[in-house]
Amino acid sequence: MANWIEACAADAIDAEDVSRFDHGGKTFAVYRSPEDKYYATEGLCTHEKIHLADGLVMDNIIECPKHNGRFDYTNGKAIGAPVCINLKTYPVKVEGGKVFIDIA
Amino acid sequence: MTTMAPTANYGHRDYGLIGREADAAVKAGLKSAEWYHTDVSRKDMKELMKRSDQPAIRDTIIWIGAFVVFAGLAIWLWPSWWAVPPLLAYGVLYGSSTDSRWHECGHGTAFKTAWMNDAVYQISSFMIMRNPTRWRWSHTRHHTDTYIVGLDPEIAVMRPPAALRTALAYTGILDAWDAMKSMVIYTLGAIPAGEKTFIPEMEWPKAIAAARIWFAIYAAAMILAVYLGSWLPIALVGTPRLYGAWHHVMTGLMQHGGLADNVLDHRMNSRTVLINPISRFIYWNMNYHVEHHMFPMVPYHALPKLHALIKNDLPAPTPSIWACYKEMLPVWVRQFRGEDVYLVRELPATAKPHRPDLHGQTQAVAAE
Ligand code: FES
Repeated sequence: MANWIEACAADAIDAEDVSRFDHGGKTFAVYRSPEDKYYATEGLCTHEKIHLADGLVMDNIIECPKHNGRFDYTNGKAIGAPVCINLKTYPVKVEGGKVFIDIA
Repeated sequence: MTTMAPTANYGHRDYGLIGREADAAVKAGLKSAEWYHTDVSRKDMKELMKRSDQPAIRDTIIWIGAFVVFAGLAIWLWPSWWAVPPLLAYGVLYGSSTDSRWHECGHGTAFKTAWMNDAVYQISSFMIMRNPTRWRWSHTRHHTDTYIVGLDPEIAVMRPPAALRTALAYTGILDAWDAMKSMVIYTLGAIPAGEKTFIPEMEWPKAIAAARIWFAIYAAAMILAVYLGSWLPIALVGTPRLYGAWHHVMTGLMQHGGLADNVLDHRMNSRTVLINPISRFIYWNMNYHVEHHMFPMVPYHALPKLHALIKNDLPAPTPSIWACYKEMLPVWVRQFRGEDVYLVRELPATAKPHRPDLHGQTQAVAAE
Protein backbone atom coordinates (compact mmCIF):
# COMPACT_ATOMS: atom_id res chain seq x y z
CA MET A 1 0.00 0.00 0.00
CA ALA A 2 1.25 3.48 -0.88
CA ASN A 3 2.70 5.58 1.93
CA TRP A 4 3.01 9.14 0.64
CA ILE A 5 5.17 11.40 2.80
CA GLU A 6 5.69 15.12 2.31
CA ALA A 7 9.39 15.67 1.57
CA CYS A 8 9.74 19.39 0.87
CA ALA A 9 8.28 22.40 -0.92
CA ALA A 10 8.63 22.05 -4.68
CA ASP A 11 10.42 25.36 -4.96
CA ALA A 12 12.88 24.44 -2.20
CA ILE A 13 14.94 22.57 -4.82
CA ASP A 14 16.50 24.46 -7.72
CA ALA A 15 16.08 23.09 -11.21
CA GLU A 16 18.86 20.54 -11.90
CA ASP A 17 19.59 20.02 -8.22
CA VAL A 18 19.05 17.62 -5.35
CA SER A 19 17.98 17.87 -1.74
CA ARG A 20 18.27 15.55 1.24
CA PHE A 21 15.20 14.31 3.08
CA ASP A 22 15.35 12.20 6.24
CA HIS A 23 12.37 10.23 7.50
CA GLY A 24 11.89 7.31 9.87
CA GLY A 25 15.60 6.66 10.27
CA LYS A 26 16.09 6.59 6.51
CA THR A 27 17.62 9.17 4.21
CA PHE A 28 16.41 10.02 0.71
CA ALA A 29 17.57 12.23 -2.16
CA VAL A 30 14.90 14.26 -3.94
CA TYR A 31 15.76 15.60 -7.39
CA ARG A 32 14.38 18.30 -9.63
CA SER A 33 15.39 17.75 -13.26
CA PRO A 34 16.18 20.55 -15.72
CA GLU A 35 12.67 19.92 -17.17
CA ASP A 36 11.12 20.55 -13.73
CA LYS A 37 10.25 16.92 -13.09
CA TYR A 38 10.78 15.48 -9.60
CA TYR A 39 12.37 12.15 -8.68
CA ALA A 40 13.49 10.42 -5.49
CA THR A 41 16.05 7.75 -4.69
CA GLU A 42 17.59 6.31 -1.56
CA GLY A 43 19.87 8.99 -0.16
CA LEU A 44 23.14 7.11 0.21
CA CYS A 45 25.49 6.06 -2.56
CA THR A 46 25.53 2.29 -3.02
CA HIS A 47 29.33 2.34 -3.12
CA GLU A 48 30.30 3.73 0.28
CA LYS A 49 27.14 5.18 1.83
CA ILE A 50 27.87 8.84 1.13
CA HIS A 51 25.00 11.36 0.98
CA LEU A 52 24.15 11.92 -2.68
CA ALA A 53 22.52 15.24 -1.84
CA ASP A 54 26.03 16.71 -1.60
CA GLY A 55 26.66 15.63 -5.19
CA LEU A 56 26.22 17.23 -8.57
CA VAL A 57 23.14 16.92 -10.79
CA MET A 58 23.79 17.07 -14.52
CA ASP A 59 20.72 16.45 -16.68
CA ASN A 60 19.42 13.06 -15.49
CA ILE A 61 22.65 12.13 -13.68
CA ILE A 62 23.61 12.45 -10.02
CA GLU A 63 27.34 12.31 -9.39
CA CYS A 64 28.42 11.15 -5.95
CA PRO A 65 30.67 13.61 -4.10
CA LYS A 66 33.11 10.99 -2.80
CA HIS A 67 34.44 9.13 -5.86
CA ASN A 68 32.40 10.69 -8.65
CA GLY A 69 30.31 7.54 -9.20
CA ARG A 70 27.28 8.29 -11.38
CA PHE A 71 23.66 7.18 -11.32
CA ASP A 72 20.69 7.95 -13.54
CA TYR A 73 18.38 9.26 -10.83
CA THR A 74 15.30 8.81 -13.02
CA ASN A 75 15.63 5.01 -12.82
CA GLY A 76 18.42 4.45 -10.24
CA LYS A 77 20.77 2.82 -12.72
CA ALA A 78 24.49 2.80 -11.78
CA ILE A 79 26.35 4.19 -14.79
CA GLY A 80 29.82 2.80 -14.13
CA ALA A 81 32.78 2.29 -11.77
CA PRO A 82 33.10 2.77 -8.91
CA VAL A 83 29.34 2.36 -8.54
CA CYS A 84 28.10 -1.07 -9.52
CA ILE A 85 24.81 -1.42 -7.59
CA ASN A 86 21.69 0.47 -8.69
CA LEU A 87 19.89 2.92 -6.40
CA LYS A 88 16.41 2.20 -5.13
CA THR A 89 13.96 4.73 -6.55
CA TYR A 90 10.63 5.96 -5.11
CA PRO A 91 7.48 7.27 -6.80
CA VAL A 92 7.07 11.05 -6.50
CA LYS A 93 4.12 13.40 -6.90
CA VAL A 94 3.79 17.16 -6.58
CA GLU A 95 0.57 18.52 -5.07
CA GLY A 96 -0.18 22.00 -3.83
CA GLY A 97 3.41 23.09 -4.33
CA LYS A 98 4.74 20.25 -2.20
CA VAL A 99 6.77 17.17 -3.15
CA PHE A 100 5.56 13.81 -1.81
CA ILE A 101 7.39 10.51 -2.06
CA ASP A 102 5.90 7.07 -1.68
CA ILE A 103 8.22 5.28 0.71
CA ALA A 104 6.13 2.13 0.95
CA MET B 1 54.94 27.07 9.32
CA THR B 2 55.35 23.36 9.69
CA THR B 3 56.86 21.57 12.67
CA MET B 4 58.09 18.03 13.03
CA ALA B 5 56.48 15.64 15.46
CA PRO B 6 57.22 12.15 16.65
CA THR B 7 54.47 9.56 16.40
CA ALA B 8 53.69 6.80 18.82
CA ASN B 9 56.19 4.04 18.16
CA TYR B 10 54.84 1.84 15.41
CA GLY B 11 57.86 -0.39 15.02
CA HIS B 12 58.14 -1.57 11.45
CA ARG B 13 55.03 -0.60 9.50
CA ASP B 14 53.30 -3.14 7.33
CA TYR B 15 51.95 -1.32 4.27
CA GLY B 16 50.43 -4.46 2.75
CA LEU B 17 46.69 -4.35 2.09
CA ILE B 18 46.04 -7.66 3.80
CA GLY B 19 48.47 -7.29 6.68
CA ARG B 20 48.72 -6.30 10.34
CA GLU B 21 48.26 -2.55 9.83
CA ALA B 22 45.17 -3.08 7.71
CA ASP B 23 43.50 -4.92 10.61
CA ALA B 24 44.66 -2.27 13.11
CA ALA B 25 43.26 0.56 10.96
CA VAL B 26 39.89 -1.17 10.71
CA LYS B 27 39.80 -1.71 14.49
CA ALA B 28 40.74 1.95 15.06
CA GLY B 29 37.76 3.06 12.96
CA LEU B 30 39.94 4.56 10.22
CA LYS B 31 38.43 2.56 7.36
CA SER B 32 35.89 4.39 5.17
CA ALA B 33 35.62 6.93 7.97
CA GLU B 34 34.12 10.39 7.99
CA TRP B 35 36.67 13.06 7.06
CA TYR B 36 36.92 16.70 7.96
CA HIS B 37 35.49 19.12 5.37
CA THR B 38 35.68 22.88 5.32
CA ASP B 39 32.21 24.46 5.25
CA VAL B 40 31.28 25.65 1.77
CA SER B 41 27.75 26.77 0.94
CA ARG B 42 25.78 24.59 -1.46
CA LYS B 43 25.49 27.58 -3.82
CA ASP B 44 29.26 28.10 -3.99
CA MET B 45 29.95 24.39 -4.25
CA LYS B 46 27.47 23.97 -7.11
CA GLU B 47 29.22 26.76 -8.97
CA LEU B 48 32.64 25.21 -8.35
CA MET B 49 31.56 21.69 -9.32
CA LYS B 50 30.07 22.84 -12.63
CA ARG B 51 31.43 20.88 -15.58
CA SER B 52 32.57 22.36 -18.84
CA ASP B 53 34.34 20.94 -21.89
CA GLN B 54 35.96 24.16 -22.91
CA PRO B 55 39.02 24.42 -20.59
CA ALA B 56 39.97 20.76 -21.07
CA ILE B 57 39.42 20.88 -24.86
CA ARG B 58 41.68 23.94 -25.05
CA ASP B 59 44.33 22.24 -22.89
CA THR B 60 44.04 18.97 -24.80
CA ILE B 61 44.52 20.69 -28.17
CA ILE B 62 47.70 22.32 -26.81
CA TRP B 63 48.72 18.99 -25.28
CA ILE B 64 48.25 16.94 -28.47
CA GLY B 65 49.85 19.74 -30.50
CA ALA B 66 52.91 19.62 -28.24
CA PHE B 67 53.10 15.82 -28.62
CA VAL B 68 52.99 16.13 -32.42
CA VAL B 69 55.58 18.93 -32.56
CA PHE B 70 58.12 17.27 -30.25
CA ALA B 71 57.64 13.78 -31.72
CA GLY B 72 57.87 15.24 -35.23
CA LEU B 73 61.10 17.07 -34.40
CA ALA B 74 62.56 13.96 -32.78
CA ILE B 75 61.72 11.80 -35.82
CA TRP B 76 63.07 14.46 -38.19
CA LEU B 77 66.36 14.86 -36.28
CA TRP B 78 66.85 11.18 -35.48
CA PRO B 79 69.51 9.65 -35.19
CA SER B 80 71.53 12.82 -34.52
CA TRP B 81 72.07 14.06 -30.97
CA TRP B 82 69.87 17.03 -31.87
CA ALA B 83 66.94 14.68 -31.43
CA VAL B 84 67.61 14.54 -27.68
CA PRO B 85 66.06 17.90 -26.60
CA PRO B 86 62.71 17.30 -28.39
CA LEU B 87 62.72 13.73 -27.09
CA LEU B 88 63.19 14.98 -23.53
CA ALA B 89 60.24 17.36 -23.93
CA TYR B 90 58.19 14.57 -25.53
CA GLY B 91 59.20 12.35 -22.61
CA VAL B 92 57.78 14.77 -20.05
CA LEU B 93 54.51 14.88 -21.97
CA TYR B 94 54.43 11.09 -22.23
CA GLY B 95 55.80 10.10 -18.82
CA SER B 96 54.52 12.97 -16.65
CA SER B 97 51.65 15.00 -18.09
CA THR B 98 49.72 11.76 -18.54
CA ASP B 99 49.77 11.25 -14.77
CA SER B 100 47.51 14.26 -14.22
CA ARG B 101 45.33 13.51 -17.29
CA TRP B 102 44.90 9.94 -16.06
CA HIS B 103 43.98 11.35 -12.67
CA GLU B 104 41.53 14.06 -13.71
CA CYS B 105 39.82 11.98 -16.39
CA GLY B 106 39.64 9.06 -13.94
CA HIS B 107 37.61 11.28 -11.65
CA GLY B 108 35.49 12.20 -14.67
CA THR B 109 35.79 15.90 -13.91
CA ALA B 110 38.12 17.21 -16.64
CA PHE B 111 35.52 17.29 -19.42
CA LYS B 112 31.78 17.55 -19.19
CA THR B 113 31.36 15.01 -21.99
CA ALA B 114 31.88 11.47 -20.75
CA TRP B 115 33.48 10.02 -23.89
CA MET B 116 36.13 12.75 -23.87
CA ASN B 117 37.08 11.86 -20.29
CA ASP B 118 37.16 8.18 -21.22
CA ALA B 119 39.29 8.70 -24.35
CA VAL B 120 41.93 10.81 -22.59
CA TYR B 121 41.80 8.41 -19.62
CA GLN B 122 42.58 5.36 -21.77
CA ILE B 123 45.40 7.06 -23.70
CA SER B 124 46.94 8.48 -20.52
CA SER B 125 46.63 5.17 -18.67
CA PHE B 126 48.59 3.48 -21.43
CA MET B 127 51.36 6.08 -21.44
CA ILE B 128 51.66 6.35 -17.65
CA MET B 129 51.53 2.52 -17.53
CA ARG B 130 48.62 2.21 -15.15
CA ASN B 131 46.09 -0.43 -15.97
CA PRO B 132 42.94 1.68 -16.44
CA THR B 133 40.74 -0.61 -14.35
CA ARG B 134 43.18 -1.60 -11.62
CA TRP B 135 44.25 1.99 -11.05
CA ARG B 136 40.75 3.45 -11.14
CA TRP B 137 39.94 1.23 -8.19
CA SER B 138 43.19 1.84 -6.35
CA HIS B 139 42.64 5.57 -6.67
CA THR B 140 39.11 5.17 -5.37
CA ARG B 141 40.60 3.50 -2.29
CA HIS B 142 43.20 6.29 -2.04
CA HIS B 143 40.34 8.79 -1.74
CA THR B 144 38.44 6.70 0.79
CA ASP B 145 41.42 5.97 3.03
CA THR B 146 44.00 8.61 2.17
CA TYR B 147 47.34 7.74 3.77
CA ILE B 148 45.83 5.24 6.15
CA VAL B 149 48.55 2.63 6.56
CA GLY B 150 47.43 -0.81 5.39
CA LEU B 151 44.41 0.54 3.51
CA ASP B 152 45.72 3.10 1.00
CA PRO B 153 47.43 1.36 -1.95
CA GLU B 154 48.92 4.65 -3.19
CA ILE B 155 51.28 5.63 -0.36
CA ALA B 156 54.26 6.93 -2.31
CA VAL B 157 56.89 7.18 0.44
CA MET B 158 56.56 4.72 3.28
CA ARG B 159 58.16 4.94 6.71
CA PRO B 160 61.02 4.38 6.92
CA PRO B 161 61.47 5.55 3.32
CA ALA B 162 63.25 3.19 0.98
CA ALA B 163 65.89 5.74 -0.08
CA LEU B 164 66.97 3.91 -3.21
CA ARG B 165 63.40 3.24 -4.26
CA THR B 166 62.45 6.91 -3.78
CA ALA B 167 65.50 8.09 -5.76
CA LEU B 168 64.85 5.54 -8.51
CA ALA B 169 61.23 6.72 -8.77
CA TYR B 170 62.50 9.74 -10.72
CA THR B 171 63.74 7.39 -13.44
CA GLY B 172 60.41 5.58 -13.70
CA ILE B 173 62.28 2.26 -13.74
CA LEU B 174 60.52 0.64 -10.80
CA ASP B 175 57.06 1.81 -11.85
CA ALA B 176 57.64 0.56 -15.38
CA TRP B 177 58.99 -2.76 -14.12
CA ASP B 178 55.96 -3.21 -11.83
CA ALA B 179 53.64 -2.19 -14.67
CA MET B 180 55.20 -4.67 -17.10
CA LYS B 181 55.02 -7.49 -14.54
CA SER B 182 51.44 -6.62 -13.80
CA MET B 183 50.62 -6.41 -17.53
CA VAL B 184 51.97 -9.91 -18.10
CA ILE B 185 50.10 -11.32 -15.07
CA TYR B 186 46.83 -9.71 -16.23
CA THR B 187 47.46 -10.76 -19.82
CA LEU B 188 47.66 -14.34 -18.56
CA GLY B 189 44.25 -13.82 -16.95
CA ALA B 190 45.23 -13.60 -13.26
CA ILE B 191 44.58 -10.87 -10.62
CA PRO B 192 47.02 -10.64 -7.64
CA ALA B 193 45.48 -11.27 -4.18
CA GLY B 194 46.12 -7.74 -2.76
CA GLU B 195 44.45 -6.19 -5.80
CA LYS B 196 41.40 -8.36 -5.34
CA THR B 197 40.77 -6.38 -2.12
CA PHE B 198 39.89 -3.26 -4.11
CA ILE B 199 38.93 -4.41 -7.64
CA PRO B 200 35.44 -5.94 -7.72
CA GLU B 201 35.27 -9.28 -9.51
CA MET B 202 32.93 -7.94 -12.20
CA GLU B 203 35.72 -5.53 -13.26
CA TRP B 204 38.47 -8.13 -13.65
CA PRO B 205 37.72 -8.89 -17.35
CA LYS B 206 38.18 -5.18 -18.20
CA ALA B 207 41.57 -5.09 -16.48
CA ILE B 208 42.64 -8.21 -18.36
CA ALA B 209 41.40 -6.90 -21.73
CA ALA B 210 43.33 -3.62 -21.34
CA ALA B 211 46.52 -5.50 -20.43
CA ARG B 212 46.19 -7.64 -23.56
CA ILE B 213 45.74 -4.56 -25.79
CA TRP B 214 48.83 -2.96 -24.25
CA PHE B 215 50.80 -6.15 -24.76
CA ALA B 216 49.88 -6.08 -28.45
CA ILE B 217 50.94 -2.40 -28.79
CA TYR B 218 54.34 -2.99 -27.19
CA ALA B 219 54.86 -6.09 -29.32
CA ALA B 220 54.00 -4.07 -32.45
CA ALA B 221 56.49 -1.32 -31.47
CA MET B 222 59.22 -3.90 -30.99
CA ILE B 223 58.46 -5.64 -34.28
CA LEU B 224 58.55 -2.26 -36.03
CA ALA B 225 61.90 -1.45 -34.40
CA VAL B 226 63.35 -4.75 -35.64
CA TYR B 227 61.85 -4.25 -39.11
CA LEU B 228 63.26 -0.69 -39.40
CA GLY B 229 66.53 -1.64 -37.70
CA SER B 230 66.05 1.46 -35.51
CA TRP B 231 65.50 2.24 -31.84
CA LEU B 232 63.18 5.10 -32.78
CA PRO B 233 59.86 3.24 -32.19
CA ILE B 234 61.14 2.23 -28.74
CA ALA B 235 62.27 5.80 -28.02
CA LEU B 236 58.72 6.98 -28.77
CA VAL B 237 56.65 4.17 -27.22
CA GLY B 238 57.26 2.84 -23.71
CA THR B 239 60.68 4.25 -22.79
CA PRO B 240 59.46 7.88 -22.51
CA ARG B 241 57.73 6.62 -19.35
CA LEU B 242 61.28 6.28 -17.99
CA TYR B 243 63.13 9.34 -19.23
CA GLY B 244 60.10 11.63 -18.87
CA ALA B 245 58.89 10.45 -15.45
CA TRP B 246 60.84 12.93 -13.33
CA HIS B 247 58.29 15.75 -13.45
CA HIS B 248 55.32 13.72 -12.25
CA VAL B 249 57.42 12.18 -9.48
CA MET B 250 58.71 15.61 -8.47
CA THR B 251 55.19 17.00 -8.18
CA GLY B 252 53.56 13.78 -6.99
CA LEU B 253 55.81 13.38 -3.96
CA MET B 254 54.78 16.83 -2.77
CA GLN B 255 51.16 15.75 -2.39
CA HIS B 256 51.60 13.94 0.91
CA GLY B 257 55.39 13.72 1.37
CA GLY B 258 56.59 13.80 4.98
CA LEU B 259 53.11 14.54 6.35
CA ALA B 260 51.01 12.67 8.89
CA ASP B 261 49.42 9.34 8.15
CA ASN B 262 46.39 7.79 9.86
CA VAL B 263 44.57 11.12 10.26
CA LEU B 264 41.09 11.85 8.94
CA ASP B 265 41.80 15.45 7.97
CA HIS B 266 43.26 16.25 4.55
CA ARG B 267 44.69 19.48 5.93
CA MET B 268 47.11 17.34 7.92
CA ASN B 269 48.07 14.68 5.38
CA SER B 270 48.02 16.60 2.09
CA ARG B 271 49.80 19.67 0.83
CA THR B 272 49.00 22.57 -1.47
CA VAL B 273 52.06 24.02 -3.20
CA LEU B 274 52.26 27.13 -5.39
CA ILE B 275 54.12 26.22 -8.59
CA ASN B 276 55.11 27.74 -11.94
CA PRO B 277 52.59 27.89 -14.83
CA ILE B 278 54.36 25.29 -17.01
CA SER B 279 54.38 22.75 -14.20
CA ARG B 280 50.76 23.62 -13.49
CA PHE B 281 49.87 22.83 -17.09
CA ILE B 282 51.72 19.53 -16.93
CA TYR B 283 50.23 18.77 -13.52
CA TRP B 284 46.74 20.11 -14.29
CA ASN B 285 46.51 22.09 -11.03
CA MET B 286 46.93 19.06 -8.77
CA ASN B 287 49.27 21.23 -6.72
CA TYR B 288 46.00 22.30 -5.03
CA HIS B 289 46.00 18.93 -3.39
CA VAL B 290 44.26 19.59 -0.07
CA GLU B 291 41.42 21.17 -2.01
CA HIS B 292 41.26 18.25 -4.43
CA HIS B 293 41.08 15.66 -1.68
CA MET B 294 38.50 17.54 0.31
CA PHE B 295 36.27 18.17 -2.72
CA PRO B 296 37.10 15.72 -5.54
CA MET B 297 34.04 16.90 -7.47
CA VAL B 298 35.68 20.20 -8.31
CA PRO B 299 37.36 20.09 -11.75
CA TYR B 300 41.05 20.96 -12.05
CA HIS B 301 40.33 24.31 -13.69
CA ALA B 302 38.22 25.48 -10.72
CA LEU B 303 40.74 24.51 -8.02
CA PRO B 304 42.39 27.95 -7.82
CA LYS B 305 38.93 29.44 -7.15
CA LEU B 306 38.22 26.80 -4.50
CA HIS B 307 41.58 27.53 -2.92
CA ALA B 308 40.75 31.25 -2.71
CA LEU B 309 37.41 30.42 -1.10
CA ILE B 310 38.63 28.08 1.64
CA LYS B 311 42.23 29.11 2.24
CA ASN B 312 41.40 30.62 5.65
CA ASP B 313 40.60 27.12 6.87
CA LEU B 314 43.74 25.51 5.43
CA PRO B 315 47.44 25.57 6.24
CA ALA B 316 49.26 28.25 4.24
CA PRO B 317 50.29 26.81 0.87
CA THR B 318 53.95 25.89 0.50
CA PRO B 319 55.36 28.73 -1.62
CA SER B 320 57.37 26.73 -4.19
CA ILE B 321 58.59 23.30 -5.27
CA TRP B 322 61.99 24.19 -3.84
CA ALA B 323 60.48 25.16 -0.46
CA CYS B 324 58.54 21.92 -0.43
CA TYR B 325 61.62 19.76 -0.94
CA LYS B 326 63.51 21.80 1.67
CA GLU B 327 60.73 20.86 4.07
CA MET B 328 60.37 17.18 3.05
CA LEU B 329 63.98 16.07 2.69
CA PRO B 330 65.06 16.51 6.35
CA VAL B 331 62.01 14.50 7.48
CA TRP B 332 62.74 11.71 5.05
CA VAL B 333 66.37 11.65 6.23
CA ARG B 334 65.26 11.37 9.86
CA GLN B 335 62.69 8.71 8.98
CA PHE B 336 65.36 6.86 7.03
CA ARG B 337 67.59 6.91 10.12
CA GLY B 338 64.80 5.19 12.03
CA GLU B 339 63.08 8.14 13.71
CA ASP B 340 59.32 7.98 13.41
CA VAL B 341 58.71 11.69 12.78
CA TYR B 342 56.44 13.57 10.41
CA LEU B 343 55.53 17.15 9.55
CA VAL B 344 52.63 18.81 11.36
CA ARG B 345 50.81 21.38 9.24
CA GLU B 346 49.96 24.51 11.17
CA LEU B 347 46.50 25.93 10.73
CA PRO B 348 45.86 29.68 10.66
CA ALA B 349 43.94 31.33 13.50
CA THR B 350 40.92 31.58 11.17
CA ALA B 351 40.75 27.79 10.68
CA LYS B 352 38.66 25.28 12.56
CA PRO B 353 41.08 23.28 14.70
CA HIS B 354 42.24 19.81 13.74
CA ARG B 355 40.59 17.39 16.15
CA PRO B 356 42.67 14.21 16.41
CA ASP B 357 40.04 12.78 18.74
CA LEU B 358 37.39 13.14 16.02
CA HIS B 359 39.51 12.93 12.92
CA GLY B 360 42.19 10.31 13.39
CA GLN B 361 44.28 8.66 16.01
CA THR B 362 47.61 10.45 15.59
CA GLN B 363 48.42 12.57 18.63
CA ALA B 364 50.81 15.21 17.35
CA VAL B 365 53.47 16.40 19.76
CA ALA B 366 55.58 19.30 18.54
CA ALA B 367 59.28 18.45 18.36
CA GLU B 368 61.79 20.38 20.49
S1 FES C 1 30.84 6.65 -2.26
FE1 FES C 1 29.76 7.19 -4.02
S2 FES C 1 31.09 6.72 -5.62
FE2 FES C 1 32.14 6.06 -3.87
